[in-house]
Amino acid sequence: MRDAFLDKLTQLAKKDKDVVLLTADLGFGVFEAFESRFPGQYFNVGVAEQNMTGLAAGLALEGKKVITYSIGNFPTLRCLEQIRNDACYHDLNITIVASGGGFSYGQLGMSHHTTEDIAIMRALPNTTVVVPSNPWEAGEATEALIKNEGVGYLRLDKTNGNQDNAGNNYKLGKSLKITSEGDSDVSFFVCGGIIKEVIEAVELLKESKISASIISMHTIKPIDEKSIRDAVKNTKLLVSVEEGNIVGGLGSAISEYCMDNRQIPSDFLRIGLDDKYSSIVGDQAYLRKQYKMDSQYIAKRVKERILAEL
Amino acid sequence: MTQELALKIRKHAVNMTSTGGSSHIGSILSIADVLAVLYGSVMNYRADEPKWQGRDRFILSKGHAGAGVYAALAESGFMSVDKLKTHYQDGSDLSGHVSHKGVPGVEFSTGSLGHGLPVSMGMALAAKINKDKHTIYVLMSDGECDEGSNWEAALFAPHHKLGNLVVIIDRNKLQSIHSTEDTLGLEPFVDKWQAFGWNVLDVDGHNHEQLINACNSKEAGKPLCIVANTIKGKGVSFMEDNVLWHYRSPQNEEYDAAMKELKDA
Repeated sequence: MRDAFLDKLTQLAKKDKDVVLLTADLGFGVFEAFESRFPGQYFNVGVAEQNMTGLAAGLALEGKKVITYSIGNFPTLRCLEQIRNDACYHDLNITIVASGGGFSYGQLGMSHHTTEDIAIMRALPNTTVVVPSNPWEAGEATEALIKNEGVGYLRLDKTNGNQDNAGNNYKLGKSLKITSEGDSDVSFFVCGGIIKEVIEAVELLKESKISASIISMHTIKPIDEKSIRDAVKNTKLLVSVEEGNIVGGLGSAISEYCMDNRQIPSDFLRIGLDDKYSSIVGDQAYLRKQYKMDSQYIAKRVKERILAEL
Repeated sequence: MTQELALKIRKHAVNMTSTGGSSHIGSILSIADVLAVLYGSVMNYRADEPKWQGRDRFILSKGHAGAGVYAALAESGFMSVDKLKTHYQDGSDLSGHVSHKGVPGVEFSTGSLGHGLPVSMGMALAAKINKDKHTIYVLMSDGECDEGSNWEAALFAPHHKLGNLVVIIDRNKLQSIHSTEDTLGLEPFVDKWQAFGWNVLDVDGHNHEQLINACNSKEAGKPLCIVANTIKGKGVSFMEDNVLWHYRSPQNEEYDAAMKELKDA
């Protein structure tokens, strides 16, 4: 996903001199070519995220389209008030990019587990929050967010669903149906690379004669209301899957819409991190399993819920 | 002319904080001379065209002294002086901490400390990239220098040779409870900024000639830091150098006494 982001960013920077990338000293072996190719459009600000975000606001006030880049929680939580006061309140064109969503940096420990970012960024007015599930979505989102006035948040992931996007048109706030089984029993709403686990889970569910659709809810804010309405109408069970705290994330956004609009699903399930931190480490697959968001667990929970309805 | 403007800012500030029952009169009086010099002499701007591209930019980082900026803007023609009466009132856009929405001439909203310098530096960097000639001024408090974000920015500006950036620090040596030195010692303050690579000038923050000369002493390729030595509450004797007036609002006899001193000045 990071490569797709950088490819698209490079294309945009070539066409538009006002595209400026700031990094807080991360991107070794990644940004060197961009730096030498676009002087005046790339600044490594040092390990200083508050300054990076304030600086971005100043640049954006003067008409620049600014990307702030770091990993994990550093470009968001570390400088949250700068995002709120300097970027969001002033409605500036700033795209905040975090590499390493969820447990992408699982072995590095709790400081590098990016698990509350969706909820926190979603809670700020004037933001667009995007969590792509494959490189194609990441590239399209990069362009859409940079061209979009206002503050955007883009969370990149080490893993992805490898799903085919042939024929799809990308639009912020418009979800993408990845698989469709016609009148499915289950609708999965997913954001991020964890869609890989859901694709596998759907195969497992087929063995139990349970049909499921997968929707890539790449934009958490603004949420795609129509896709929720359709799922409520046509399926027995809505399931949200996200690699992060279930408090305030994708599942919360969907349930808020449902409750506010009398769109009450027959059954609803949120899969994600159950309001905790991980003090153990492991690779992304290991931690997903440990925290009950891997394909086996997803299939098991869904099967239990569907069977309970019979 | 700048002396007259400074006095007007002080009178407005006492009126506004009294009517609103609001805090920070000491902080506003402390910077009235700096504001008068900037808006009355140093800065290029067009009051009838607040977004004119060639204007010099000003950011008040110590947003709690926003009433002073509103007064300076009104007296400089950006809005009516009458609008100042709405400060702190229900439904007003003249908030206690300076806000740009609905207020022509305010470049940037602040209120949480440690935000103004990084943002002004971004504006300076953009001007440098675009080869624009204007200057970016940012006014900070000394107590605000407790915030780490300022020191991140203090490293950046000299590294990127931002000679179009002027930081003015209101060095009144008082913060909200005690003196700066009793709270979190800043001295040797001038040395610190010099060590970070800034061109530093140490001036009397109430002496207009010194302030104007300092603002005109920019060096190419080096950001300028003007340490303006000031007295918190300057211009009203019983408020001067008295931390009580960081929060206290002038009412009744105190209001009358303050206004009398300013009228007699």
